[in-house]
Amino acid sequence: MTDGMFGAKGTGDTSGYGGLVRQAVNSGSSERPYGSYFDEIADDLERAYPDFSDAIERVVVDRGELTLHVKREKLVEVAMILRDKLKFEMCMGVNGVHYPEQTGRELHAVYPLLSLTKNQRIRLEVSVPDGDAQIPSVVEVWAGNNWHERETFDMFGIIFDGHPGLTRILMPDDWEGHPQRKDYSLGGIAVEYKGATTPPPSERRSYK
Amino acid sequence: MTTFDPYAPSRETTEGKVFSVTGGDWDALVQDIGATKEERVVVNMGPQHPSTHGVLRLVLELEGETITEARAGIGYLHTGIEKNMEYRSWTQGTTFVTRMDYLGPLHNETAYCLAVEKLLGITNDVPERASVIRVMMMELNRISSHMVALGTGALELGAISPMFFAFRERETVLEIFEMITGLRMNMAYIRPGGVQQDLPEGALTKIREGVKLMRKNFKENATLLIGNSIWMKRTQGIGYLDLAGCTTLGITGPVLRSTGLPWDLRKLQPYCGYENYNFDVVTADTCDVYGRFLIRMNELEQSLRIIEQCVDKLEKLEGAPVMVADKKIAWPAQLALGGDGLGNSLDHIRQIMGTSMESLIHHFKLVTEGFHVPAGQAYVAIESPRGELGASIVSDGGTKPYRVHFREPSFNNLQATAAMSEGGMVADIIGAVASIDPVMGGVDR
Repeated sequence: MTDGMFGAKGTGDTSGYGGLVRQAVNSGSSERPYGSYFDEIADDLERAYPDFSDAIERVVVDRGELTLHVKREKLVEVAMILRDKLKFEMCMGVNGVHYPEQTGRELHAVYPLLSLTKNQRIRLEVSVPDGDAQIPSVVEVWAGNNWHERETFDMFGIIFDGHPGLTRILMPDDWEGHPQRKDYSLGGIAVEYKGATTPPPSERRSYK
Repeated sequence: MTTFDPYAPSRETTEGKVFSVTGGDWDALVQDIGATKEERVVVNMGPQHPSTHGVLRLVLELEGETITEARAGIGYLHTGIEKNMEYRSWTQGTTFVTRMDYLGPLHNETAYCLAVEKLLGITNDVPERASVIRVMMMELNRISSHMVALGTGALELGAISPMFFAFRERETVLEIFEMITGLRMNMAYIRPGGVQQDLPEGALTKIREGVKLMRKNFKENATLLIGNSIWMKRTQGIGYLDLAGCTTLGITGPVLRSTGLPWDLRKLQPYCGYENYNFDVVTADTCDVYGRFLIRMNELEQSLRIIEQCVDKLEKLEGAPVMVADKKIAWPAQLALGGDGLGNSLDHIRQIMGTSMESLIHHFKLVTEGFHVPAGQAYVAIESPRGELGASIVSDGGTKPYRVHFREPSFNNLQATAAMSEGGMVADIIGAVASIDPVMGGVDR
């Protein structure tokens, strides 16, 4: 195969659907001062939580947002202190992100926190390997995370240990696989209704 | 082999006798249930039920008419929007998010676009006129959304007239939307970098007239329910949830404000220039359905105030750009109305087809491939009619989102169903759910 005309590299796909650029998301740790109210939060947390340096793997400040990467074993402890001592009364849920290329930390769970008292926001991030996708549940800390954790389990297969009833929430109970993972392809599935089966859209066309 | 007849009036299962209610003789049904000698009755309400506010399934455990346990079952409207967005360009994402919470499409679009702009680092480059248009559209949207909340909420509690009037008012807003965006719902009007197109001629006049009409009508409509003794009895003290309950469950929006806490992101964490508008945060201190109803009623007037200020600003900003100047991000065309409908402006086509090969390439690349967004993640929250709507977006540096997650207020707030209704009467769960105002398109995404 010859090189494409006009200097096109790779597949020459200009539609964007071929994924011309797929860089790994890799942001290192941020250095102090973090700016904004983030230094204050880091100081307060360090004071209130002696295990800070052990529990917090990385502190990332990016685009005006503070992210604390927490070890999963310490998540509930950190969450309790953030809620009670640092007044992050609300957790705005959890959502998963799947990074298949980050070996050993493929699955991330992201928790945006909100403080009503101080009008501040931070984010907690926990990463776990695909083969051992278990994270302690924070439902005891923030009851409102119940459905969010069920959704993240449903979509990514992350198991939240200690959740009061970790079942699928959006997909049917007997669904196989976790649709939001990167290895789960987009595409139709066969629909079965009253004994008749309609093939998925990708297999319906004869000109495929 | 026994055949299963889904339409049989009753059948025996391992859990006990199951009755299927599809209309018919209620006395006979009650007699049959009485004959089972079961104290505890589990009622499956929905997912197709006129009072569940959409395809929501409520599983209620009853003792007599008292609810001992209430569980909400969701997922019937799951369409995989978040997954689909990973296969489309950043601009095409607006077409998906607008279909999530279908009563607040412009809020979804704004939250998404603000997050994309944050990742792009162009938050401050969005032209003022675009931000003012966004605010105006969002406030109009808040009115149309609250109209549905109030109208259907009243309907579900048996008051039919308020719904007719609410939908009449909503029509005023939808006509404005249709004039400006071409569509009444799911507009995909707000785009990363600004808005899709400038306001058409006569839009501001129409909005001014609409505001005048709505202000008059809202006052009349309020008299239908405020002070109405049946309405008060059905809503006061019902669906109680206090501040502690709200914080632990992550509840925001009118439900949180009904506990007396003036938590409104438009005031406290302003976006799109909300700090430049005069308006009040409406609260109530009753923690009940009535308080939430009053909040929505009074927020209508505040929205009208903001819209009027927007119109004043827009008159001064006539002719200003509505999209970022960066041609690597801005959609490469101005739409114009031609003989065959709305489409690319002929001037633009003339330029790319006749005079500049580079413009054509640029247009083609941007429309098919889209723009690149620097890698990273962002969370942007806005105050939607139902509470904190958060867009959590991850980019890997490509032309498509790596991951999009919406923190939907309806999804989160629906968890309060049990806390609001357990221990109450079965008839009151309808009012409690209606006061949360869940939109199932947003819940299930």
